[in-house]
Amino acid sequence: MQQNSYNEILNKLIFLVGDVETIAAMGSLKTNQPFDKEIVEYLNDVSRILMKNPASRAYPDVITLAFWMRKGSVEKIRDKFYRDDGNVHLGRGLAFHIAPSNVPVNYAYSMITGLLTGNANIVRIPSKDFPQITIINKAIEQGFKTHPEVKPYICLVRYEKDFEINDYLSSVADVRVIWGGDKTIAEIRKSSLQPRSGEITFADRFSLAVINSDYYLGLDNVDHVAENFYNDTYMTDQNACTSPRLVVWTGNKKAEAKKVFWSTLHKFVRKKYIFRPIQGINKMTSAFLFAVEEPNAKIEPHEDNYIIRIRVPDLKDGLMEYKDNSGYFFEYDCDDILELREICNSKQCQTIGYIGNAEEILPLVRSGIKGIDRIVPVGKTMDFEFIWDGYNLYERLTRIVKVN
Amino acid sequence: MKFEKFLQMQPYSLEKKEKEEILTERLIELTEMHRVNCLEYANMLRSIDYDRKEIRSYKDLPFLPVRLFKELSLKSIPQKEVVKTMTSSGTSGQAVSKIYLDKITSLNQQKTMVKIVSSFTGSSRMPMIILDCPSVIKNRQMFSARGAGILGFSIFGAKKIYAFDDDMKLDVDELRKFLNQYRGQTIFMFGFTFMVWQHFYKELLRLKNEGITFDFSNGVLIHGGGWKKLISEAVSPEEYHNRLKDVCGLDNIHDYYGMVEQTGCIYMQCECGHLHASIFSDVIMRRPEDFSECEIGEKGIIQVVSTIPESYPGHSLITEDEGILLGEDDCLCGRKGKYFKITGRLKDAEIRGCSDTYATKFI
Repeated sequence: MQQNSYNEILNKLIFLVGDVETIAAMGSLKTNQPFDKEIVEYLNDVSRILMKNPASRAYPDVITLAFWMRKGSVEKIRDKFYRDDGNVHLGRGLAFHIAPSNVPVNYAYSMITGLLTGNANIVRIPSKDFPQITIINKAIEQGFKTHPEVKPYICLVRYEKDFEINDYLSSVADVRVIWGGDKTIAEIRKSSLQPRSGEITFADRFSLAVINSDYYLGLDNVDHVAENFYNDTYMTDQNACTSPRLVVWTGNKKAEAKKVFWSTLHKFVRKKYIFRPIQGINKMTSAFLFAVEEPNAKIEPHEDNYIIRIRVPDLKDGLMEYKDNSGYFFEYDCDDILELREICNSKQCQTIGYIGNAEEILPLVRSGIKGIDRIVPVGKTMDFEFIWDGYNLYERLTRIVKVN
Repeated sequence: MKFEKFLQMQPYSLEKKEKEEILTERLIELTEMHRVNCLEYANMLRSIDYDRKEIRSYKDLPFLPVRLFKELSLKSIPQKEVVKTMTSSGTSGQAVSKIYLDKITSLNQQKTMVKIVSSFTGSSRMPMIILDCPSVIKNRQMFSARGAGILGFSIFGAKKIYAFDDDMKLDVDELRKFLNQYRGQTIFMFGFTFMVWQHFYKELLRLKNEGITFDFSNGVLIHGGGWKKLISEAVSPEEYHNRLKDVCGLDNIHDYYGMVEQTGCIYMQCECGHLHASIFSDVIMRRPEDFSECEIGEKGIIQVVSTIPESYPGHSLITEDEGILLGEDDCLCGRKGKYFKITGRLKDAEIRGCSDTYATKFI
């Protein structure tokens, strides 16, 4: 009876990589040490396959992924995180990942992180058919040819809303990784984990940018800055947790810097961004709703609907309840970085992308605030690292066998 | 400028220049009036540095997204002067627009509608068949768009019957009796586009196949509410008309475009199949990227302006409908003003990113 229902549950899964047997065997699989040689070689092969595939070229996110997983890059990560401290480091065992539904390649980062830290991985991948997924999965399969020993460690599945599946996969997981927002986390948490199992949750977050106007105006290549900022925002419809929603200006030449910054960005956005008709109305609605709440807000004049900026007189907690996406920015002139205390004290505050000097922002963090997990240059806000969202993923996905 | 002045004119009598002048004067006044009387509206105008002196034409006036009436309770009158609150028909769980009417605005809506509709049907009241069920208007406290439409058009009816029972079944006997009683007279018929098709046309077709026929060649049908549901059945406006004519001889059929946020100012379809703006209101097709005005023949998002709303700041709105301006002052039917067609509704953008945008679908 038990056996039956277990089979029934697994049969509801759509397997993109692996099959029912792969999942059934995962429990008794040998757990690897982090940065296992075979795994690193395997990923290097997959990277090479991706780089060689002409289809990858259309997708910068696939290329970035391939670059990140190649041996040279992985060894750098290993050097940063792995310490030969006389103890034995091992993966936690089986990692169950729930990837976000509308970011094409995130599932691969999550899975590879699980692999590199020594775990077997079951990943629920986006239900939407992104072409990137096909390209990456093909490379994953192709890599098995030279590294069959890695095959049992990867299982990529799709399934519709289903508590039974969530329950089952959670019950066998040693660690559960949930990407993609508060509602998803609440849903998945209805399925309980084993007492010793751990969990990493990536909740709803917001991010901002801090731009030093003097520094910015001193740069040679403002077009490049615009491209970086575009990649941080418009590339994901400004809706990734890392995408700046608010732009804070510091320094002495704010007005001048803004003019250059926004007009350079505007040219770039007009060229690259696929504008959808409803977006102008959405942003206008959001802006007016905010104006009702905050009588001193100003919607900056705009020649079109690609960039909508709202100048806010002060930064209050709750501002982000009025956030929108697809090119909708709050803007604030700042004379003292500590003015950001209230808004960055929110636990939802994640990344500060900066143009200028990170040192300028540190007093804010040192003032003892609850938000901000990352301070990275504009253009790098989406770059995935083992320290993400305030978590050390290496630590969370491994265990230490203490040897005295 | 008082609204009465508009009521003294024929609804399709003004050419472009004259219409622009009186619309501009009236709509600037309304903007000013709502700025003074509606705090939320005043805040919105302040946020965009609205300056009356910069307005050359009503086309320069700010417009509010209709969705704001779902998010906010916008009114320019004290609560005690509210005589009616109209709501859009949303399915349960969806937010609905809330439109607050005082006596004047409510009355002007009615007068405007009479002027517009009677210019098509003639001014006398007619026996009326409501192609809906009686229960729709039972709850008088909250006027749904459907109920409001029926009540609004009921002023054209002398003797009225509902064609359907509360299970939306055609009441064949009553209908037969009614037609016999008013034989030879023009019968006024009103209903919602989809329901007329679903519960009237389809039932008549079924009956016809059984040998039971009705003659509605004396009827004039006005229907509205949109084509969304019929698009899935692949019924075009032309086919809609032709099939109705085939099944019961009904040939005098007018679609209309209108919305609860600007009740009264409906856009009637003429004999040439075009929707017409009356002197009481206007449409401006705007390009999605920058809200600039479209050329004739170019598809855009529909902005609507109405000279009626005094109790709520809804005199200039941008809808989520798309349409094409077909021409101005030169429709073959002879009516002045803009004529246009609706092409559909704006699609929701599928937004990327790692938040919960699609959580409900995904989980």
